[in-house]
Amino acid sequence: MKTSQKAAGATANYVDERTGAAKWLKKNLTKVFPDHWSFMLGEVALYSFIILLLTGTFLTFWFDPSQREVIYNGSYTPLSGLHMSAAYDSTLRLSFDVRGGLLMRQIHHWSALIFMSAIVAHLFRVFFTGAFRKPREFNWLIGVGLLTFGIVEGFLGYSLPDDLLSGTGIRIAEAILQAIPVVGSYLSFFAFGGAFPGTAFIPRIFIVHVLLLPGLFLALITIHLMLVWYQKHTQYPGPGRTEKNVVGYPLMPVYMAKAGGFFFVVFGVTAFLGAVASINPIWLVGPYTPGQISAGSQPDWYMGWLDGLVRAAPPIETHAFGHTISWNILIPGLIIPGILFTGMALYPFIESWFTGDKREHHLLDRPRNAPNRTALGVTSIVFILITIVNGGNDIIATHFHLTINGIMWFTRVGLFVLPPIAFVITKRVCLSLQRSDRDLVLHGRETGRLVMMPNGEMVEVHEPLSDAKKWTLTQHQRPEALPAPLPASALVGLKGKLRARMNKAHATQIPAPTLTDLKELGEGHH
Amino acid sequence: MSNQIERFEDPGLPAHVHRNADLDPLAAKRAERQVAILFLLSAAGTVLTIVSYIYVKSDKYVYLPIMGSTNLQQILLGLGLTASTLFIGLGAIQWAKKLMPDQEEIAERHEFRSEEVDRNDLVATFKERSESTGLGRRSLIKRSLGLSLGLVGLSPLLLLRDTGPLPKKFFTTTDWAAGTRLLLDPAGTPIKASDLEVGAVAQVLPELPAGTERTLENTGKDAVLLIRLRPEDFNLDAQRLSWTHEGIIAFSKICTHMGCAVALYEQQTHHLLCPCHQSTFDVTRAAKVIFGPAARPLPQLAITVDADGYLVAVQPFTVPIGPSFWERNSSNG
Repeated sequence: MKTSQKAAGATANYVDERTGAAKWLKKNLTKVFPDHWSFMLGEVALYSFIILLLTGTFLTFWFDPSQREVIYNGSYTPLSGLHMSAAYDSTLRLSFDVRGGLLMRQIHHWSALIFMSAIVAHLFRVFFTGAFRKPREFNWLIGVGLLTFGIVEGFLGYSLPDDLLSGTGIRIAEAILQAIPVVGSYLSFFAFGGAFPGTAFIPRIFIVHVLLLPGLFLALITIHLMLVWYQKHTQYPGPGRTEKNVVGYPLMPVYMAKAGGFFFVVFGVTAFLGAVASINPIWLVGPYTPGQISAGSQPDWYMGWLDGLVRAAPPIETHAFGHTISWNILIPGLIIPGILFTGMALYPFIESWFTGDKREHHLLDRPRNAPNRTALGVTSIVFILITIVNGGNDIIATHFHLTINGIMWFTRVGLFVLPPIAFVITKRVCLSLQRSDRDLVLHGRETGRLVMMPNGEMVEVHEPLSDAKKWTLTQHQRPEALPAPLPASALVGLKGKLRARMNKAHATQIPAPTLTDLKELGEGHH
Repeated sequence: MSNQIERFEDPGLPAHVHRNADLDPLAAKRAERQVAILFLLSAAGTVLTIVSYIYVKSDKYVYLPIMGSTNLQQILLGLGLTASTLFIGLGAIQWAKKLMPDQEEIAERHEFRSEEVDRNDLVATFKERSESTGLGRRSLIKRSLGLSLGLVGLSPLLLLRDTGPLPKKFFTTTDWAAGTRLLLDPAGTPIKASDLEVGAVAQVLPELPAGTERTLENTGKDAVLLIRLRPEDFNLDAQRLSWTHEGIIAFSKICTHMGCAVALYEQQTHHLLCPCHQSTFDVTRAAKVIFGPAARPLPQLAITVDADGYLVAVQPFTVPIGPSFWERNSSNG
């Protein structure tokens, strides 16, 4: 026996004699995971989170989360002698006087942007393929929670350095608190330990940023992954893949090497960005003071939609009985985000309600085969994209020589007009793609080869698809996969009518071709 | 009818195709070398990191295309770290792709729903056990428990009360009073009308009583913007015109929308723009909102000159400055 085998045997023996886990370990080490590039998006989020923990811990060794006033005398001379908070001072020292400090700050910030981008991309993948359907609703809810907390965590993170830009962001957050009816001014005073900016806020958000929310992330991510493990991963349809199996590669050794290697790739790419791409150069804007501001104030991208909504709000306030209600803050800042996130969290339950579908799903939908859901997703994306554009309207206006007013009006109108148009177009495109699939299956692939017939007519040679491809393009209309018909009793009343309508809209499909169609076609031709 | 329709059939997993490295020992050897080279590049990256940490001076800057002036140590450390991590990853992935087994395996799924027997058993057990607590019968316990559970959350909420004082009059007052001198920020010197040319803008703060330290909380409420126009440019009612002095008009600099500093003044159009959410105020019409989400004009500070010719406030602001809040009485603007 080789030494390495002996060592492996001894380790397994040592662990098993203390845990009795031999059977469990054997089963899980050989667990099968399906392979697809889109399954890597969630992995990117996970690895970015680990990078955030590592680099964030490094930053805390030097960062001083205090709003105590100090005078700067570090090595960045343009700010010498300025009064500033210890938080800003220590961030400058971290950037200029600690070897690798700026690098770590930049990796941390880039990693946060990648973390949020990966979460959103992963969300799109899960939504458009219907991976959130039974039995995976819990993981959908956890995911929506992670996204929400991620936005808060990111905002708190870039607020910590207490530079002019981040202080302005905190000022805006304070105004949102202050606008809450009845208790707003009290909430603001409690959050800030008195008047804005005070000296309590940075220490408080620091502990939320480095302990409370990361702890919550760890817990939620653990449950998220345990559920993925236990429920087994979804897979894309294809030959040999059914609702009852998982086809893929085993954890040991293939996925250990691939996933472990991929962590290092994500780290390497993030480190490269941190090395060459400057991000949040806080020394350029100076310390925070409420009386000043830098032009082109922009939040990080995952806050941009919120900023864009706030910018687009019409100037409406209610003044009555000695009180003021700021609809221009409450609607874009709290009410619309509340509706968006609640709707997103509830979507799996809403869909299952109107389709009447209570079965387990482990095979993913191709987005075109669920036109209504895909259209709804694109509608939401268009809505958010418009708000993000408006959130950068000042930058866009200067770069493309447009007027801010023009972009703002485009947004105000566009938010109502463009999403419905996107819905209709997406649904049409999905149905067209279904038709094109049907053509492909029935008439074969265009080869680009032209043949001249004896009578001079030119025809293109079509090549029949492989059996595997034919199956992939037609498998979604197994009789048992259609939305379950709803009982007539469920469809009465306003709620029932709504349900019936949504059910019908969701069931719109181009019939997938069958072997019978193909045979009939063949008879017709010859 | 539908029974007669023949569907396409699942042809099953495609046959496994061997890779070059599976068949050709030379190709396998080549793949092994590729993986080893990638791992060695990672080791070289770590050496680069160590060398640049110890031997490169941290105050050395170099000019790089696109990036401009760059700290040499930071970028070398970054590139070293990049190589040391990226190449481990690429090596492992190459190893998995070229040399580890690539035969797809099939695992069966199990339905999550338990057997009917177990489900019924669970329901029965649950019923029996909850019955044994007597919660259904003993309504006194049920109600008192409900009450105590409802109340128990109040304590931690109450304990958060001391996170801050009550706002009292904070949101409705500033440090401006009748006769308060306007001090240039950040110089801290009083200002005369003649110090300001037509078209000029200045930020001022109120002179605080002797011995009072100016805090950021003061600045956040007190910051005022002075703008000098030609008097004929104003389009104000008589009262608001009387609050100006020789074409100098003073507004709270704190945006009435969300409290940002309204700092962008367009000299040609006499517009003030808030860079946060683009609320635009017309200086000639007492900072009336002409665009954007702000719902109220910037409060105007009445100014005049004192006996020494320095600009002073005539009276405090007549309305609360800054963003709205529930207790704000907005009937007077």
